[in-house]
Amino acid sequence: MFYRENGQLKTSYQADQQIFPIAQDRWAIIGLVLFAIVAVPLLANEYTFSAILIPFLILSLAALGVNILVGYCGQISMGSGAFMAVGAYAAYNTLVRIDGMPLLLALLSGGFFATVVGMFFGIPSLRVKGLYLAVATLAAQFLSDWAFLRVPWFTNNSTSGSVMVSELQMFSWRIDTAVEKYLFCLGFLIVFAVLAKNLVRSAIGREWMAVRDMDVAAAVIGIRITYAKLSAFAVSSFIIGVAGALWGFVHLGAWEPAAFGLDRSFQLLFIVIIGGMGSIMGSFFGAAFIVILPIVLSQTLPALGNLVGFEVSTAAISHAEFMIFGALIVWFLIVEPHGLAKLWSTGKQKLRLWPFPH
Amino acid sequence: MSNQDIVLDVNGIEVIYNHVILVLKGVSLTVPAGRVVALLGGNGAGKTTTLRAVSSLLKGERGAVTKGSIELRGERIENMTPSDLVQRGVVQVMEGRHCFAHLTIEENLLAGAYTRRDRGEISANLEKVYNYFPRLKARRTSQAAYTSGGEQQMCAIGRALMTNPSVVLLDEPSMGLAPQIVEEVFEIVRDLNAKENVTFLLAEQNTNMALRYADYGYIMESGRIVMDGAADELRNNEDVKEFYLGMYGEERKSYRNFKSYKRRKRWLT
Repeated sequence: MFYRENGQLKTSYQADQQIFPIAQDRWAIIGLVLFAIVAVPLLANEYTFSAILIPFLILSLAALGVNILVGYCGQISMGSGAFMAVGAYAAYNTLVRIDGMPLLLALLSGGFFATVVGMFFGIPSLRVKGLYLAVATLAAQFLSDWAFLRVPWFTNNSTSGSVMVSELQMFSWRIDTAVEKYLFCLGFLIVFAVLAKNLVRSAIGREWMAVRDMDVAAAVIGIRITYAKLSAFAVSSFIIGVAGALWGFVHLGAWEPAAFGLDRSFQLLFIVIIGGMGSIMGSFFGAAFIVILPIVLSQTLPALGNLVGFEVSTAAISHAEFMIFGALIVWFLIVEPHGLAKLWSTGKQKLRLWPFPH
Repeated sequence: MSNQDIVLDVNGIEVIYNHVILVLKGVSLTVPAGRVVALLGGNGAGKTTTLRAVSSLLKGERGAVTKGSIELRGERIENMTPSDLVQRGVVQVMEGRHCFAHLTIEENLLAGAYTRRDRGEISANLEKVYNYFPRLKARRTSQAAYTSGGEQQMCAIGRALMTNPSVVLLDEPSMGLAPQIVEEVFEIVRDLNAKENVTFLLAEQNTNMALRYADYGYIMESGRIVMDGAADELRNNEDVKEFYLGMYGEERKSYRNFKSYKRRKRWLT
């Protein structure tokens, strides 16, 4: 009843083509962003920021990138972890090797180098599809694992093999506290989310989706497959690279190649699949699911155990956590095979008609 | 028509796709044993959805029957699986054929005999299908993907016949086929109906052809049945003639009179 677009008449194309044409959506999103910027820093504590919110934001950003490639262009990639690693190490190298390099530029250069590497590993996609492509992009993962472990140049000849970024400073803003780090990541996420949303609504986004849905038909109407696929790899790896740089610089501070291993690639792929392929919103849902749910489970399970009146050992809790988490993944995918974003949009569709069923 | 003769009784079904899109708004129809019943209507009328509801294929399309009932010889079937239905002798020939592309024609047909255990019966069925479709026999060793559209349609129908069905749901057999081949396919349908006593429920856009071969017809429009009757009656009905058969009265009308004469679809009020 309260979610209706009745009476919201559009008198110009511009009004009709905005990102959120329904006023309620628009206000909800603006409200959410304001909440994230203003209210969350007041409410959350140090632990929440560094253990939950910052990983959530950065993984959302990375998932956004993966979603462009996997969800919008239909090219399954297992190299996301590698692209994150390239982003992190490239950003690190530009920061360390060039004197007076601004932080922002270093992070973006991470994205740039990830783009180059991503496009290189996207070349097999011109010939192989589906699971075969997934295996082909796996090569990126192995190569990055090897290169960042074995080639000392990449780690600036660090003896321990791990690299470290000590202080973050953008212009005159020193990013020290968890709140500042959170806001820094949030800024990146908002900018990239708006860019990505607009990109997938534009001509190139439609090209990607056409290639995803039927590449032969796309070729027949004149879409350049090579261009569409490689541009998807480029845009996606850029975002993943920036996310990787943030992961290293802001979240970890000091890291080794293991931080960007195959697990990370899988995690990102699962975020996209659970959240919803081909949906910007889905990246956020998926990241929230993967990052926040295990923490919520580990917090609530002991309390729940106490409630029923039995003492649960920490080991048992961590086992139960894994089992419940796995069961929930399966359950959500059975309820909605197209991901949480689809659940969300079906809910909205129903709400529009509510309280009438059709 | 006594009650026993009715093989399939669809009673006021409502189908919703994806929890939100209402596609069928109360469709009822009956299919008597040993007849050919045609389900006619334009694109998006709900013909395919009706067939899918009968053969329980809606789940794959994220649809569900939310109201009404479907009975096969008095037994409720709307919650059964497609394989249960094949066991009971109901088999659908899907729109767009869907032959197994990498199998040969003969392997396709044998795959259709999955529910049959008796080897003698299978080879007898195979012989029977080859009798009805001599073209298939000629192409038996070629890969299904490399046969023509007509041969693929025949292969799909033949594959359905391998289950020894009592009811065949035939979805758009004329799609993308040359008129002569369409004629050939429909002749075979009529033959099967007469000789093997197979009941057909036929969804078709090609109203003219379908009404020539069917005994009874239902006309659907936007999720409802708007008209039904014996095939001859429908063929001579003025409304059907104008809207579906493209004939305007006795002689060809001049286009000058076209607009003033144009009938309204009275049932759409």
